[in-house]
Amino acid sequence: MREAISARTQPQAVRKRKRSLRHDNLMGYLFISPWLIAFFAFTLLPIAASFLLAFTNYDVLNPNWKWVGLANFERMFMQDPRYLKSLQATFFYAFIAIPLRLVFALAVAMLLNTNRRGVSGYRAAYYAPSIVGGSVAVAVMWRQIFGADGLVNAVLGTDIAWLGNPNTAIWTLIILAVWQFGSPMLIFLAGLKQIPREFYEAAAIDGANSWQQFWRITLPLLTPIIFFNLVMQLISGFMVFTQAFIITGGAPLDTTLFYALYLYQRAFVSLQMGYASAMAWVLLALIAIMTALVFRSSSYWVFYGSQED
Amino acid sequence: MRTATTSPSERAMVHAPPRPLTHNKGVRTVFYHLMVAASALVMLYPILWLFASSFKSRAEIWTNVSALVPQEFTLMNYVNGWKGFGGITFATFYANSFFYTGVATVLTVTASAIVAYGFARIQFTGRRFWFATMLTTLMLPVQVQIIPQYIVFSQLGWINTFYPLLLPRIGGQAFFIFMIMQFIRGIPKDLDEAAEMDGCGKGSIFFRIILPQIAPAMITAAIFAFYWTWEDFLTPLIYLNAPRLYTVSLALRAFADPSGTTDWGAIFAMSSLSLAPVFVIFILFQRFLVEGISTTGLKG
Repeated sequence: MREAISARTQPQAVRKRKRSLRHDNLMGYLFISPWLIAFFAFTLLPIAASFLLAFTNYDVLNPNWKWVGLANFERMFMQDPRYLKSLQATFFYAFIAIPLRLVFALAVAMLLNTNRRGVSGYRAAYYAPSIVGGSVAVAVMWRQIFGADGLVNAVLGTDIAWLGNPNTAIWTLIILAVWQFGSPMLIFLAGLKQIPREFYEAAAIDGANSWQQFWRITLPLLTPIIFFNLVMQLISGFMVFTQAFIITGGAPLDTTLFYALYLYQRAFVSLQMGYASAMAWVLLALIAIMTALVFRSSSYWVFYGSQED
Repeated sequence: MRTATTSPSERAMVHAPPRPLTHNKGVRTVFYHLMVAASALVMLYPILWLFASSFKSRAEIWTNVSALVPQEFTLMNYVNGWKGFGGITFATFYANSFFYTGVATVLTVTASAIVAYGFARIQFTGRRFWFATMLTTLMLPVQVQIIPQYIVFSQLGWINTFYPLLLPRIGGQAFFIFMIMQFIRGIPKDLDEAAEMDGCGKGSIFFRIILPQIAPAMITAAIFAFYWTWEDFLTPLIYLNAPRLYTVSLALRAFADPSGTTDWGAIFAMSSLSLAPVFVIFILFQRFLVEGISTTGLKG
């Protein structure tokens, strides 16, 4: 009797599984089709087009554009001092603002990693600047804060043109960036909560002070999160645009002419879209190289050791 | 318990490197709150200052610069600011912003949920490949896409329309897709398997079983989509050149143009107003935001 049933149901089950496999392919692609269509139309094709444009002198207003080979890239590095300035400004900004932002994020996360009352209120207060930091409203406000008649001069009793001085202008943008450490802070906070309390208790019994506990326990166990934050910040740091566009516009003396800002000017103000596309590809390459370097270096400093527990 | 016996040497320890269990817990707590609250105030000061300044009179903005409480409270800055420029009031800019943000958010979140279900629950050939491709797109600078997009959209005559801003949203957003996927993976499969036994198709499983359960993830995605679109500047800057189409971001920038108006009171008022929706949502949905960032590393 039992055999009879299994003999009867087995072929049916096989047939059903086969049908459902085919059905899955259809439904799978149906469900991801919105992303797939948008990916081809708004990402893949434009990227391919951008790559080709990078080797032309295409310009919306000039119908006689032609293939120019590597001339755009040559021009960038050999004949365009403003481009080199933009590279310099971007690297300076990224190398100072990103580490500072991560240090603040970690320090505040450690302060807030406690069960004391009112912590969620503090967390909201420290995170608040980050949700508005990218807005035009805050950028406009920043221009006023560091303006000649602005808040900083009023508080300090000074009369410094923070935005007009080539030595100080970029620092106003760095301060703005560091002020927005909220997202990495929340990510660090989530990571800190994962570290078992017993580690600290054991270390305290062995006589380790807070400083030693930080260097021997907290920091090594957080390295995967530091790594993640570093990669994310690096990618967004190289693309910073709105704040510089509004606050300084690249001035003075191009000291705040960030890469994305100069690219925008070339593409949409001077309409040199071929040249701007070449710049976009160099930006992509730079981000890829920087990310790859961080990934490469990670084997030396990122600690993946969950074997302990 | 060691706090019961306090020897002078232990009291001295408080000032030495801090130890986990000292007897002066109360003092340390007060010190903690003083320090953390004072720093929080410094963090919030620029924003509070902006709000405060928007209620100061024209003269007071320059004479009483750093104060957080206006000497005399006035709403004139809001009245003057709302008038906008070129005969177009901020009512138009807000209408544009709410239209752009509303449609974009609904499109992005709906599409992201659909795609996330496809990736998370359906086995199909090429799934891993497309998923990896999607994650890779997260690292792409928009600059490699935006120039050809602009050329095509301008050929189509779509400059000064909202199509170039909204159409790319039909595919959802990789960050949100990933976040919703993680959420779906946390839902036990028993329910959809039982439904499949009963002859439910993938479509009705998604709508009847998955969709009601992923509401929290969709709310988080919606909040971020709202923020990013509300504060979006580059895309409107490129595609919307006519002031009557300006979003609030574009209008603020034009309004605060250094060569134009210098009515800083009005600028402060309109800036504050533009941040109001952001803060209202932040206060109402803080829990979703914190969870979203902590679990997937979304940026705010």
